[in-house]
Amino acid sequence: MTTIRSTAAEMAAALAAGTVTSVELTEAHYAQIERVDPAVHAFLYLDKEGALAQAEQSDAQRKNGQVPSPLAGVPLALKDVLAQKGIPTTCGSKMLEGWRPPYDSTVVTKLKEAGVVILGKTNMDEFAMGSSTENSAYGPTHNPWDLTRIPGGSGGGSAAALAAFEAPLAIGTDTGGSIRQPAAVTGTVGVKPTYGGVSRYGLIAFSSSLDQAGPCARTVLDAALLHEVIAGHDERDSTSINAAVPQVVKAAKKLDVKGMKIGVVKELQGEGFQAGVLERFHEGLDALVSAGAELVEVSCPTFDYALAAYYLIAPSECSSNLARFDSMRYGIRVGDDGVRSAEEVMNLTRHEGFGPEVKRRIILGTYALSSGYYDAYYGSAQKVRTLLMRDFNAAFAKADVLVSPTAPTTAFKIGANDNDPLAMYLNDIATIPVNMAGIGGMSLPCGLAAEDGLPVGFQIMSPAMRDDLMYQVGGALEAALLSKWGAPILDRAPVLAAK
Amino acid sequence: MAAISREDVAHLAKLARIDMNDAELDHLAQELDVILGAVARVQEVAGADVPPTSHPIPVNNVFREDVARPSLTPQEALSGAPAQIDGRFKVPQILGEE
Repeated sequence: MTTIRSTAAEMAAALAAGTVTSVELTEAHYAQIERVDPAVHAFLYLDKEGALAQAEQSDAQRKNGQVPSPLAGVPLALKDVLAQKGIPTTCGSKMLEGWRPPYDSTVVTKLKEAGVVILGKTNMDEFAMGSSTENSAYGPTHNPWDLTRIPGGSGGGSAAALAAFEAPLAIGTDTGGSIRQPAAVTGTVGVKPTYGGVSRYGLIAFSSSLDQAGPCARTVLDAALLHEVIAGHDERDSTSINAAVPQVVKAAKKLDVKGMKIGVVKELQGEGFQAGVLERFHEGLDALVSAGAELVEVSCPTFDYALAAYYLIAPSECSSNLARFDSMRYGIRVGDDGVRSAEEVMNLTRHEGFGPEVKRRIILGTYALSSGYYDAYYGSAQKVRTLLMRDFNAAFAKADVLVSPTAPTTAFKIGANDNDPLAMYLNDIATIPVNMAGIGGMSLPCGLAAEDGLPVGFQIMSPAMRDDLMYQVGGALEAALLSKWGAPILDRAPVLAAK
Repeated sequence: MAAISREDVAHLAKLARIDMNDAELDHLAQELDVILGAVARVQEVAGADVPPTSHPIPVNNVFREDVARPSLTPQEALSGAPAQIDGRFKVPQILGEE
């Protein structure tokens, strides 16, 4: 029987078999959202009317033999960073409170064309800046494994919605780990495709050379199915790759890693990594060896500088990108009393509209780009980027994919890093190199840490345009771990009580 | 690198068009000092012989044919405007009265 705990692939099969309708599935998920979301707060906006209309249309199409994609009729949660026509899109910021985009992002267009039902918009750190979803102007999201803990960020809403069975699929975006780290700390799967693999049109820009949308799900195959729906060339995004989408569904179904070389990154373990995280990571490595893969140790010495370079490049790009929030064309406007000048209104609006982390990064980026400091900071960071890519190239010469823990720790308590931005930034230490080099990265669950019983993420990195390789390894690892555990990891999460 | 002062932050905030009160300036000056101290280490490995990378996947000069195609109507483009007048964005005064 299909339930909200089924995988998206199972739901799709049940829809195809006629044992459930899209309307029934959609209603079941809204019932769960009503039950648990007051406690989880994964969603910022629910479009029940629109979603049910989409579901009805999907059911009608299916009756007529029209099935636009393998995920037709399956519900999904959309991160609030992506524009959806007529639906409030805030990016987790007061700046965009009440804004209803007049157009669809390409990701949304593709989802609609595929018949995927969009339930609503999920919570996130303001403008995708953060690792905990605590920076949302609309209050934090709570981790379904322990409601006093963070669900990761910036896409904590999407990951929590999956873990709380409020949606079987979700969309995230990943600039420095915002898909993968939330996946890691919620026991779900998240994939950052190769940069340019999924269109950024309609994705509210944070750091344009790093931002990438991708699939979030509870299984590797579900992520692959969603990946193929949203990926592909788009002439509206000049950085979109004009090449065939890697065959990730086929790769996820292979369940075979015999003879594959798995590069274990020396620099992404040890100091700073929680003991229970490393323990589960090594179990994952053992599972891959048992399945016939070969481990190779690789060294990427520049990774030690990746975090520093990221916190120059991302703020620099953000200081430029967020200049568009000028209170003139959309978003809030503060202090327009008929006397104040445009500049004064702009200054007041940006004071009110942006939260502390966004202001911190805009000022940091403005500094890094300012005359006299440009070469020392932004220029040096761009050179580190070159060195990181060289490290990756050398590592991929020895291995098909690279692996590491996704995040150094399990989910921490809400509020734990409030006064220490640097400690917060360390959450992204293992995910950032992937964005800097534009390659693919995936996180999938590899067990629960012994010390706190919370999920641990296993990261797989694949060369640019070879996203299929991480799906192949991820699918095989997931199958090996599932047979060892006997049940999906989310079966071990506490059942959320209705509030 | 010189430590970042409260005056520096005030200047940056002005450039970035963000009003900041004294408490915010003080707090941010302290935080930025710590953050810049940590990120400055990029200079340790950024030798003169290393070329910079601005973009991970090389894609150059993407052009399209100069033909009209569907886009937003004026009403749609104005739909999010904080204020509008006669089919245009209405903004506060840009030039002073003098």
